[in-house]
Amino acid sequence: MLNIENLSVSYGSRPVLKNVSLQVNSGEVVALIGPNGAGKSTLIRAASGVVPVKGGRIWADGQELSTLAPMQRARLLSVVPQAASLPPAFSVWETVLMGRTPYLNFLGQTSEADEERVKQALQRVDALALSERRIGELSGGEQQRVLLARALAQSTPILLLDEPTAHLDLQYQVHLLELVQGLARRDNLAVLLAVHDLNLAARYADQVALLVEGEIRAFGNPRQVLTQELISAAYHLPVQVVPHPFADAPLVLPGSSV
Amino acid sequence: MKIRPYFYLLLLLLLAVILSIAIGSVFIPPADLWRVLTGKSPQVVAQAAFIIAALRLPRTALVALTGAALGGSGTAYQGLFRNPLADPYLIGVASGAGLGAVAAMSIQWPYTFWGLMAVPIAAFLGALLTVFIVYALARVGKTLPTTNLILAGVAISAFASALTSFLMLRSTGELRRAIAWLLGGSSQAGWEPVLAILPYVLLGLGTLVLFGHTLNLLQFGDEQAQQMGLNVTRTRTLILLTASLTTAAAVAFSGIIGFIGLIVPHIMRLWQGSDYRRLLPLSILGGASALLLADVLARVILAPQELPVGIITALAGAPFFLWVLRKAKNQGYW
Repeated sequence: MLNIENLSVSYGSRPVLKNVSLQVNSGEVVALIGPNGAGKSTLIRAASGVVPVKGGRIWADGQELSTLAPMQRARLLSVVPQAASLPPAFSVWETVLMGRTPYLNFLGQTSEADEERVKQALQRVDALALSERRIGELSGGEQQRVLLARALAQSTPILLLDEPTAHLDLQYQVHLLELVQGLARRDNLAVLLAVHDLNLAARYADQVALLVEGEIRAFGNPRQVLTQELISAAYHLPVQVVPHPFADAPLVLPGSSV
Repeated sequence: MKIRPYFYLLLLLLLAVILSIAIGSVFIPPADLWRVLTGKSPQVVAQAAFIIAALRLPRTALVALTGAALGGSGTAYQGLFRNPLADPYLIGVASGAGLGAVAAMSIQWPYTFWGLMAVPIAAFLGALLTVFIVYALARVGKTLPTTNLILAGVAISAFASALTSFLMLRSTGELRRAIAWLLGGSSQAGWEPVLAILPYVLLGLGTLVLFGHTLNLLQFGDEQAQQMGLNVTRTRTLILLTASLTTAAAVAFSGIIGFIGLIVPHIMRLWQGSDYRRLLPLSILGGASALLLADVLARVILAPQELPVGIITALAGAPFFLWVLRKAKNQGYW
């Protein structure tokens, strides 16, 4: 379970997150939506401990993150970063194996159990066949799946994803989010997912948090948050919300900006 | 783990060592070398035995240690800065170390044994000072653009070299030797310099090879490395200190030798991939062999006159540097 309490973050003197509180329960996917620059990435990065925090506290499975060393933190939280630049020369297998770092000694010696975890993680994202390929040879979508596999190999109870569908085509967007949903359900992970696509959020998230200008404007199930009033105001764009023709979710249709 | 590349490199190193012992102003045929080493019929080869023990062996040891140190620290800098051009020479660390060493020499440290042992420490302090200045100048936020790194390196390097020249001109005597030293002459004779750098090189390289996994993680950037559980600030500092100590030890008695720390890691990377757990030991072996071969060339090209080995490495290294620059620009293959 991830529990964020009154989190404030500033870049220089500019506040980026203002008193954000958010709870992600185990077994649950929480989607973080909001316009560009609202602070979604900052929230994910601050929750993973790589951005200095100005105020507030973050609890991961009952432990306060600021009191933990990076290695202990990495056993609780794994991250699929946004559009990450990956060193192209490593193989897929080597890259995913590095997800085992929090369980390895300083020299990075791996055991058979570690390799088994890596294999499982690659199978989960349907990328085992890519094992021997170099990262630089992969498409953006394939790289995204490798990053998810690396996070899974890290075997943490909390999974943070920053725009994981950004480079994926339609098939893999659905594939990845179904997978993420399955991880929450089956492995009882707490998943926080920053995502631009409101309709993907509506379909795959249990709860949706709407972040605007560094503040949580609304939090609740998709029907409560993805309303015409809230979304139109947050994105400065008229929208219509209709029932999804075949899924049990709202469907947001953007209007025209003029 | 693949053993074969290490085996090839050890063979190459052995060959380089034999050449380095055999070739010089007096050529020692391999047969005589064998006799000396096995102790058979010593009176026939007494002169050869003297040359080997007093001149060739210490020089070979010094050059091999220097090359190993440059290869290892070059690899570490490249990995640490995630920059293919971060070579101890190009980023100014070597010049800083040279300044430190010359400063120590100009106040006549080397005339006692402990003074001699302390020259690498002075070089180390000079190296650390430059690496922090260059890093601070070149850094933009959390990134370290190649152009900034090279520009800051060149500027600081020029500054340190100017100070070094000033110190050398002020000091009396032995000026010629000091200049040859600065060009990488390895003209220091005897076993003292070998003993003086041995502990630092062993400590430095022995520590660096342990950082293979850490350097692999750092290739993903500080943020991802930390998210995977690495204490980034602490390990970065440790690697920087160790690599600078190693560079300083190399510079302290062999002068400023460019491009070994750049070329060798690149060749190893092209040959055996980017895993720093392999790359570090391979570059150490490769660095020792490469500098030994360059030193042999320096002895034969204008024989009986000797060229400073830095000229050979620069002649081979500068075109390679331009090639890497072009490749890095075009493909971002790093």
